[in-house]
Amino acid sequence: MPIGLAHYLTVAAILFTLGIFGIFLNRKNVIIIMMSIELMLLAVNINFVAFSTVLNDLVGQVFAMFVLTVAAAEAAIGLAILVVYFRNRGTIQVSDIDMMKG
Amino acid sequence: MILQAVMFYLFAVVAVASGVMVVAARNPVHSVLFLILAFFNSAGLFVLMGAEFLAMILVIVYVGAVAVLFLFVVMMLDIDFEELRSGFMRYLPVGALIGFILLAELVLVFGSWVIAPGVAGVQAAPLPANAAALTNTRALGDLLYTRYIFAFQVAGVILLVAMIGAIVLTLRSRVGVRHQSISVQLARTRAEAVEVVKVPIGGGVGD
Repeated sequence: MPIGLAHYLTVAAILFTLGIFGIFLNRKNVIIIMMSIELMLLAVNINFVAFSTVLNDLVGQVFAMFVLTVAAAEAAIGLAILVVYFRNRGTIQVSDIDMMKG
Repeated sequence: MILQAVMFYLFAVVAVASGVMVVAARNPVHSVLFLILAFFNSAGLFVLMGAEFLAMILVIVYVGAVAVLFLFVVMMLDIDFEELRSGFMRYLPVGALIGFILLAELVLVFGSWVIAPGVAGVQAAPLPANAAALTNTRALGDLLYTRYIFAFQVAGVILLVAMIGAIVLTLRSRVGVRHQSISVQLARTRAEAVEVVKVPIGGGVGD
């Protein structure tokens, strides 16, 4: 069976599910939650590129590049917030992040 | 063809296994290292799909910048990670349930999904006719710098805002620390630095 679109979509689906699973499993650790989000964005990128290849349409790769940009910006800002939060409160437990009573 | 299949299964299996380890590793440093491995193998998958430029970008941006940033933060923060993992087993059933439901849904979607017959005619940016002579980077650049130039510049602004935001968030001016302030030194004038006092002769101290 030649490697086709379905194979890549399956890998992406498994990676995306692993990301969701990681958020539920490590719901006390913000750093692992952010890594899981990165994993999910990676799965989305694999989907974009797979469809781009199969449909012979380059826009999928262009969009994957923008996803990558936003993911990098999000990681930088998120980690900066995390560092500031740790400096102020001395903990990064998700259950302690309740100052805004949201 | 057979080589392509072998490489696909190699990259896919290692990517998925390292994804599992990102979630399940006991030590967050190991998690970051497995995240790097997952990115590398996904870059391999991108190369197999013919997206070489994105693969290289993935290695440079994700492995070179984002994952190293994660590594810095994990090592910089002094956290008791064992305590953070305490609820791991308690959350396992509900997490597994939701993950299983999501995966089943995705499998159902893939099982019954077809490309619409007319979709080949509505491509937004079909590969040019001389695609074989054109590298992936060249084709992507031709598209990105012409039709998507506005989106490209907006992406640049987003990165600039993220950079300034991260610097502003983590910048702090500590009080009680003595350090040189060159601009203040250079801004001093003779009038405010030196004071000539006229002392009356024979007046002594006091009034």
